[in-house]
Amino acid sequence: MIRITRVAPLAFGLVALLGVGCRRQKPETQPAPAIDADSAARADAAARERARQDSIANAQRAEADRLSAERAAAEQRLADARAALTAAIYFDYDRADITDEGKATLDAKLPLMSANAGLRVRVSGHTDARGSDEYNLALGQRRAAATKRYLVLQGVDANRIEVISYGEERPAAAGDDDSSYSQNRRAEFEILSGGENLQLPQQ
Amino acid sequence: MSFSSPRRGLAMTLTAASLVAFLARPSVAAAQDTTSRNEGVSLRLGYDPYTKPGVLVTPIGGAAGDSIRAIVQRDLDFGDRVTVLPAGGEVVTSGAARVNYALLAKIGAAAVVQSTIVPGGLRVVLHDVGGKRVLQRRQFTLPASRDTPAWRLAVHDVADEVEGWITGTRGVAATRILYVRDAKVRIVDSDGENDRPVTTTGSALSPTWHPNGRTIAYSVFGDRGTQVMTRDLNSPTARRITEAGAALNITPTFSPDGAMLVYSHGEEEGSDLFATTLTGGLGRRVTVGRGTDNVSPSFSPDGRRVAFTSGRSGHPEVYITDVDGTNAELLTDFDFGDQSYRSNPDWSPDGRMIAFQSQVSGQGFQVMTINLRDRSVKQHTSEGSNEDPSWAPDARHLVLTSTRSTVRQLYVLDTESGRVRQLTRGGGARSAAWSPPLVRSASASATTAARRDARP
Repeated sequence: MIRITRVAPLAFGLVALLGVGCRRQKPETQPAPAIDADSAARADAAARERARQDSIANAQRAEADRLSAERAAAEQRLADARAALTAAIYFDYDRADITDEGKATLDAKLPLMSANAGLRVRVSGHTDARGSDEYNLALGQRRAAATKRYLVLQGVDANRIEVISYGEERPAAAGDDDSSYSQNRRAEFEILSGGENLQLPQQ
Repeated sequence: MSFSSPRRGLAMTLTAASLVAFLARPSVAAAQDTTSRNEGVSLRLGYDPYTKPGVLVTPIGGAAGDSIRAIVQRDLDFGDRVTVLPAGGEVVTSGAARVNYALLAKIGAAAVVQSTIVPGGLRVVLHDVGGKRVLQRRQFTLPASRDTPAWRLAVHDVADEVEGWITGTRGVAATRILYVRDAKVRIVDSDGENDRPVTTTGSALSPTWHPNGRTIAYSVFGDRGTQVMTRDLNSPTARRITEAGAALNITPTFSPDGAMLVYSHGEEEGSDLFATTLTGGLGRRVTVGRGTDNVSPSFSPDGRRVAFTSGRSGHPEVYITDVDGTNAELLTDFDFGDQSYRSNPDWSPDGRMIAFQSQVSGQGFQVMTINLRDRSVKQHTSEGSNEDPSWAPDARHLVLTSTRSTVRQLYVLDTESGRVRQLTRGGGARSAAWSPPLVRSASASATTAARRDARP
């Protein structure tokens, strides 16, 4: 995908230049009346040299493309890892227990937590806007704590996880409808430290 | 509520009008207002039971006269115990001798408030139209600089005192309300004036009043936990009461004697109520929620019990516990399988009622009261979603948040008549707490003052 998009404009540009050059020369230059051996040889050598240079350039370009694709893939794997680490989990109304879907999301964080012993995260609990603002702060705390408890039960050191509640104060979705409510009943993850040189787990 | 004759009769023996209000029944033999005069206890005037007496506030001469009259009229109106008559004061000229009581009675006035600006204050005379006499006189001190918060508070105190002379129950205009807008604690006068910030930094929630009317507590939340703070309204310095750390410390409330602070503390096993002194520390556990949430405490006026919100039954309900943690009981009844939601209790200053919010099918949340004597529940609101009630010192008015005008604002509800007025405007407001009386002009000293000031 990346290779195609990078090379394609260059190729189109070359074709366009050549095309323009040909059209301009036609009316002015007459065909050579006699064969000049020397000039033919020189032209031949020049063409060979051009082909050689082109093939070097092509090889260099291919190598650069390969490297950048590799870098992109590595970056993508890191981004995916970071996304898995910080993926939010969602809760049912007025509940703080971890759903099966939430468990799967949390399980995906476990290999990364064990591959990066220095990694510390903060779990923030959130609620939808319904009900008591104060009770929602407590409910958010309970959601964050339940999330931490699950991770600790799976072997993550408790000291690596901080919990905080924001109650209904920091909604992810602004609306007053069921879809917004369900996006807001969540626990979010933030990397506190050890996220700079994230190690990917061995496959 | 309007005071009936039988209620006045009891007032003489009990001398506490608030007690009378719920103990007295119409079956008590009717006592006439003449009796009140003879007993020398009640200075109220006579009017029909269950009606709001008509009150005429006469124009006041002088530069501040119009403002004072407008404030007093509005306060009496907001008090919901009297009907402020719109007529001008031409029927009263000057001095009690020339008051045309017959004409005043004809226009429906039961009382006339006649005020004169004097050096350093305001002299107020209350006429009892039915009795054709001067019922009360008193000179009030007003601050020199007009239209300042202190000056307005002093004028509100005049209105509260006059309301007490007329109805036997002091008004609550000389009070203020703490609330939260844009995560800052703000304060507003009971009539919606002088709306101004108290905190300017941090994200604040749940402000509450110390019974002294000067100190407040609230919680501040951040990325490293939520802490309970106290501060004096006259000082910019806040003091942290709870220990720093990634814990949740929310919904502070002061005990009625002002010595104790009860708040909700949560770490990783739910949240429970704790009691501490004002010097701080984690304090003593009050509730044992076993991993559930226990928040929003509110003291009974005698300081012995605490109402609070708990999720111990699986969803939020209002409970009451003794302050030592014993005798916890469910207050708001629910049917088995009922998943609705009741929270934010506020114990009325007379001890009779607890206001709370309840989820109502198809109506969001609504404000209700539960009578502690017979556990009868009354729904007071239905327009928009209405939440987080806080009692006025008169145990009659509630300030609450409502979405009736789309944006969440504070409204004042009269629980007797159902009348509602909007208190705040602008951005969304919430977390209201009504102050105790902020001016303590005792009725006893008023009587003395009236005698001293009385002139033939």
